[in-house]
Amino acid sequence: MSSEEYKLKKNVLGRMVPTIINGKPAVPFQGVGKYRPTGCKAAPPISTCVDYPPYGNKVLPDLKTALIKAGIKDGMTISTHHHLRNGDLVANQIFDACAEIGVKDLIWFPSASFPCQEPIIKHLNKGVVHHIEGSMNGPLGRYASRGKMRGMGVLRSHGGRYQAVQDGDVHIDIAVIAAPTADPFGNANGLTGPSACGLIGFALADSQYADRVIVVTDNLIDFPCIPWQIQGNYVDFVVKMDKIGDPEKIVSGTTQITKSPDRLLIAELTARFIKEAKIMKNGFSFQAGAGGTSLAFVTFLEGYMREEGIKARFVRGGSTKYLVQLLEEGLTDYILDGQTFDLDGVRSMRENPNHVNTSPFTSYNFHGKGNFASMVDTVVLGATEVDVNFNANVVTHSDGLLLHGIGGWQNCLFSKCTILSIPSFRDRIPVIVDEVTTLCGPGELIDVIVTERGIAINPRRKDLLVAVSGSDLPLKTIEELKDEVENICGGKPAKPKLSDRVIAAIKWVDGTVIDCVRQVM
Amino acid sequence: MAKTCEAGRRGEKVRSDCFVSLELRDSGGIEIRLKSKVVVMYGESIKRLCMDVLKTLWVENALVTLEDQGALPFTISARLETTVKRCLPDNDKKYLPEMLKHSMYKTQRERFRRSRLYLPGNEPKFMINAGIHKPDAIILDLEDSVAPAEKDAARVLVRNALRQVDFYGAERMVRINQLPAGLKDLENIIPHNVHVVLIPKCESSKQVKQIDKRIKEILNKNNIKESVFLMPIIESGLGVIKAYEIASSSDNIIALAIGLEDYTADIGTERTKEGRESFFARSQVVNAARAAGAQPIDTVFSDVTDMDGLKKSVNEAKSLGFEGKGCIHPRQIKVIHDAFAPAEREIEKAKRIVSAFEKAEKEGLGVVSLGSKMIDPPVVKRALRTVKLAAEMGILDKNWRDEYVQ
Repeated sequence: MSSEEYKLKKNVLGRMVPTIINGKPAVPFQGVGKYRPTGCKAAPPISTCVDYPPYGNKVLPDLKTALIKAGIKDGMTISTHHHLRNGDLVANQIFDACAEIGVKDLIWFPSASFPCQEPIIKHLNKGVVHHIEGSMNGPLGRYASRGKMRGMGVLRSHGGRYQAVQDGDVHIDIAVIAAPTADPFGNANGLTGPSACGLIGFALADSQYADRVIVVTDNLIDFPCIPWQIQGNYVDFVVKMDKIGDPEKIVSGTTQITKSPDRLLIAELTARFIKEAKIMKNGFSFQAGAGGTSLAFVTFLEGYMREEGIKARFVRGGSTKYLVQLLEEGLTDYILDGQTFDLDGVRSMRENPNHVNTSPFTSYNFHGKGNFASMVDTVVLGATEVDVNFNANVVTHSDGLLLHGIGGWQNCLFSKCTILSIPSFRDRIPVIVDEVTTLCGPGELIDVIVTERGIAINPRRKDLLVAVSGSDLPLKTIEELKDEVENICGGKPAKPKLSDRVIAAIKWVDGTVIDCVRQVM
Repeated sequence: MAKTCEAGRRGEKVRSDCFVSLELRDSGGIEIRLKSKVVVMYGESIKRLCMDVLKTLWVENALVTLEDQGALPFTISARLETTVKRCLPDNDKKYLPEMLKHSMYKTQRERFRRSRLYLPGNEPKFMINAGIHKPDAIILDLEDSVAPAEKDAARVLVRNALRQVDFYGAERMVRINQLPAGLKDLENIIPHNVHVVLIPKCESSKQVKQIDKRIKEILNKNNIKESVFLMPIIESGLGVIKAYEIASSSDNIIALAIGLEDYTADIGTERTKEGRESFFARSQVVNAARAAGAQPIDTVFSDVTDMDGLKKSVNEAKSLGFEGKGCIHPRQIKVIHDAFAPAEREIEKAKRIVSAFEKAEKEGLGVVSLGSKMIDPPVVKRALRTVKLAAEMGILDKNWRDEYVQ
């Protein structure tokens, strides 16, 4: 593919982005909240109940049969979800089956990929898979970065994925939904079974919008499968498999708080900021990830909540035992959960009606009539780089390699106070830089940067600056932080040498192109 | 001639350090083979640094193989210099990285020394972020935490750290080796703004005087006006018995510390959590220090996971009269500071005494009295210290006098 084929254009952030992606037109980013597509949402073809088994048994012997019955053809888009995380055993088998069937040029549309899906590389090499539209973590990202994937990768946020399905940018031909528990009708959930992962909300759009839906389970139970997180009424076929996942890699038995004193300091400063800025008050809400620093943040915040007798109305997962503890000890009324990261999370979701499953539709969807993300008082996120304009990167490293997905990160930026809690440098690699390698989130949505060397508040947020002015928090400007980090690391880092060739497009939550990733030389 | 020397560490788990191998050659100039996880961002800058170091050390023909795990410049140059010195022991050239502005702050004789964080002298990764945890002091340790074969490497690394690492206002201490090796340590570190030298296993005033004299010589040679303070560490039966002699052996002694691991071994017992076996020694050190006008400083608490135990230990130290405690993990610092914080009751009492004292001073009275009671000068001194500590810790408003009504 040459650069003429995707016609680069400068977007409002000054980034050169493709206007044609894999042959389809794309709109450059126009600014936060500026782009409003019109017309009707996409829809799957009309199905009719008389075409389905009257007694509700949709079970087929194996995945290959199901794919053939679903009408698999060259060039189709196959979707999967990532709730089984690095323990997923289904995605690789789908493309193994496709290779056996002999179809080519498929597009894989996962809600995220993991290192366990490295074998897809062999199908990319052989032409079974043309390209990936979804996060490319680790080995897949490295493969794409070296320019080895034929098509252009497309990275979307969790909400952006729902958006792309709804506005027709992505049409899913066949959705394959790995389900820890399902019945022969296709009702499914993630709560029980040997591969229990809590919920399977990332498959919601796939079930609703795909032409054909295949549910794959290793725990087939009699109808009805309650609760039906995925409704059988959307499902064409059900396949029973010996094993859909490797339980130890799906959820961790115990999620670990970081032991690093520097990361603990970042977590503590983050919690203190939220307290001092009076964001922590009765009825507030927050969201934090499952990384070691985020977990530590939750425990520090919990301490302050107890000291001051403060209770949250809701917290947003990814849930872990630390959030479950807040719920069980009455420090929050609800957990609104997008994915469960450990066994305590799965148990709590199964047993506690106040631990509620959510999906990208409820939480993040750009084409919803509102969504939860913007209602959260504060969110604590990470980043690989942040620049002096508060723009942040989550997908590439400073050496230009694409190594991570966007996840819900872009969507969460709409919280009332977005905090990035990050070390100011990693080993010798500055995290606070002049300009991010890849721009995934515009600075106007990023309010606070908490590092081990101080806290920088976005000058746009005068209210926050005022709120913490009397505190003894270590406040600095972002430029001060950047200078300090450059002094430590030995000057400004050199830029990676990149080719002109675009290997992946980064979509904004509204479907426009905010940036792109280039091949690493 | 193909002499090869190595320094530093390699391996996947190594962080912020590098491994350098230097092969001296007869001709061919300098060749650098670099493998680095930051090669894209800093590859060129690392090569330039290596060339600069070798030029300064007068090495003209050599092969340098560098395996870098994200080491900062002060570490890379230290490792390379160490390989040169190992290959050429008579080479007395030095590559001194720039003395950065943030490395030039001074200390004061009178300051809080509640916490002092030990940093192994040959481990760069702990040095870089030590200051952000706000200990009252950091100790770059050349003694027990450094393997005998790495003493030379640690001296160079500590010297470079003193010039380049920002310790964010923490008092800059170095623990030297026992004499005579300690004298060699002094040559390498004293010119680089060391605030306090810790003298390990101190047993006589003679040792202190020898060190003090050597330091003065080095300071004079380098035209440095400030003095370097001393903190002898008592770690043996003999040291305990001679504690006062030691504490009063030099004007530069600002504190006297006790080290219990070695002490308990020396007196033929084991360290227990209750610490009855060291009660005499600790009280002796407190008394000797006070008698000599130095701060008594307690030993380290070595179980980094037991924060409750640490708190108890600090409370006990405080009750015995100690003013500080050693720590080996940054998370211990806050616990130590909190435990040394004066209680509300102490602060209230101190405020009353300080106000009475200041009132008496203003009125030109020679005697301070509170109600019908006369207040002795040492009581006033302690109250002033309590108020200052409380204000610095943020538990007492710095402007408390404005609102204070007696």
